[in-house]
Amino acid sequence: MTLVMVLVAGVLSSCGTYLLLGRQLSRVVIGIGMLGHAVNILLVLSGGDGGRPPFDGDDPAGFADPLPHAFVLTSIVISFGVISFLLALAYRSWQVTGNDEVEDDVEDRRVATHGQGGAE
Amino acid sequence: MNALIGLPIILPLLGAAASIALGAHRPLQRLISIGVLATLTATTAVTLVRVDRNGITAVQVGGWEAPTGISLVADRLSVVLLLTALVTLFAVLVYAVGQGSFDQPGSEARHVGFHPLYLILTAGVSFAFLTGDLFNLFVAFEVMLMASYALLTLGGRADQVRSGMTYVVISLIASTLFLAALAYVYAATGTVNMADLHDKIAALPAGLRSSLAVLLIVVFGIKAAIFPLFFWLPDSYPTAPTAITAVFAGLLTKIGVYTMIRTQTVMFTPATRPGTLLLVVAGATMVVGVLGAVAQNEIKRLLSFHIVSQIGYMVMGLGLFTVAGVAGAIIFTVHQILVKTSLFLVGGIIEEKAGTGRLARLGGLARTEPLLAVLFLLPALSLAGIPPLSGFVGKLALVDAGLDDRAYVVVGVSLVVSLLTLYSMTKIWAGAFWGTRSEGASDLPPAKGTTGTAIMTSATAALVSVTVAIAVFAGPLHELSTRAAADLVDPTPYIEAVLGR
Repeated sequence: MTLVMVLVAGVLSSCGTYLLLGRQLSRVVIGIGMLGHAVNILLVLSGGDGGRPPFDGDDPAGFADPLPHAFVLTSIVISFGVISFLLALAYRSWQVTGNDEVEDDVEDRRVATHGQGGAE
Repeated sequence: MNALIGLPIILPLLGAAASIALGAHRPLQRLISIGVLATLTATTAVTLVRVDRNGITAVQVGGWEAPTGISLVADRLSVVLLLTALVTLFAVLVYAVGQGSFDQPGSEARHVGFHPLYLILTAGVSFAFLTGDLFNLFVAFEVMLMASYALLTLGGRADQVRSGMTYVVISLIASTLFLAALAYVYAATGTVNMADLHDKIAALPAGLRSSLAVLLIVVFGIKAAIFPLFFWLPDSYPTAPTAITAVFAGLLTKIGVYTMIRTQTVMFTPATRPGTLLLVVAGATMVVGVLGAVAQNEIKRLLSFHIVSQIGYMVMGLGLFTVAGVAGAIIFTVHQILVKTSLFLVGGIIEEKAGTGRLARLGGLARTEPLLAVLFLLPALSLAGIPPLSGFVGKLALVDAGLDDRAYVVVGVSLVVSLLTLYSMTKIWAGAFWGTRSEGASDLPPAKGTTGTAIMTSATAALVSVTVAIAVFAGPLHELSTRAAADLVDPTPYIEAVLGR
């Protein structure tokens, strides 16, 4: 079971990385989301094998480790907030520029063309 | 008295809540923000004296014992940097209020959200300095970054959105990697408390240990903007309103450096610290940053590349992993936070008065604005490391430590980079302060001598005088940093304080 989850995390993170490398903002947002899911799965796995719920009986020996789940919940909430912000930003970018692409940096281009007729 | 330690986290959050509720009353919002930051600066100064006298103080939140519960730890390193950060945040807040009289997109007067966000940023910064476990460090980073995302894009101009997008995506990738590192650390050791990790990581196989160390360096390296992970910084910082850029430039990257110092020393035993790797990275960061700065023609962008270059010095001090080296890194970080912020604030006043930050269009400010020229010259010379200013104190400590450790190459690189830093600072000086205003500048708005500029100038002057004070009190500060560094190079007192052994 753990191996399957590790593979799922691997596939998710590779797809996320691929999407991040594109120039379209909507793809970047989806890519970030997939990377986040991959890491959340890793966090769940870090608690080791599953066990009984921590409130079932008095013997803590067979309990599942509750800490990674607390981590994951926190991280899900945070990534929800950040991805909402990112979507709002992508929407604003579309409003301002009229397209969905990551733009070149104006100043970088100015420095790059320095000395080739692009100087001030 | 231990309750004072949690105050820098709780008070700004309460203040932010009140500030949102009072959104319609800008004067009340200003009062809350200034009150909160003034109180925190005072209490943190008290904490610093107490921690320096009584040693490291740890508070277990909610009475849950470490390593299960959440620990807040005040040691000399974290409190010195927290105090510096709060002083900077305070000065920049006053500056922003002054700048608010110029009704620009993203300015304090125009946005209800400015004050609450600024206070949340303060809470995140304080939490990052004080937390004693890795997961809460992640949460602190997210609190701080979330506020910074919103502050950076306040106003929603096209260039802000473009650079904000880069900044948010890069920060998110760093956070994702941080979470992955956390998962690996927890899977390998079963704890995320940094003090507890010291012994447990030492027991791990060498390969696993170094991959954890390098993963953490990459994560905090992105935040601190070290070579080769700095490319996002010069693109994203200059577009924000000046006050925001100044506080980001001064603080956020330094928090990356702080966490690097903290994790590499407390979590890893001396034999397993990646010293050589850090020294190589430090040298490359200095050189690439300063060369980038030399190529720029706009004040804020030039200064942004300098942030990168100066991070190299701090990493160099850390990479030596000696008491003298880490002490040098601490002094240098304190100096950088103040100096970098002042330089950006002066750059902002120049833009406000002249209507542009492009060096080709500026000139002659030394004649029309002599006070501004002095306020620029002091931190600029300090940045280059001219004696007797604060940059000299920091660089001397670092070079001394480097020579003691026979790290001649990186010391040589750092000295050459100082020279180039001086060159690029004279470039701003010659472009903006000397000469005459160039053609085509006459259509710009005339210099405004309002109360707003007076407030901005006095906030900047206050910050500059703090940097001069560092040079004056260099002796006590160096002793304090040496004591702080001794606790880091051998973190036994830290571990004992947190775990209560």
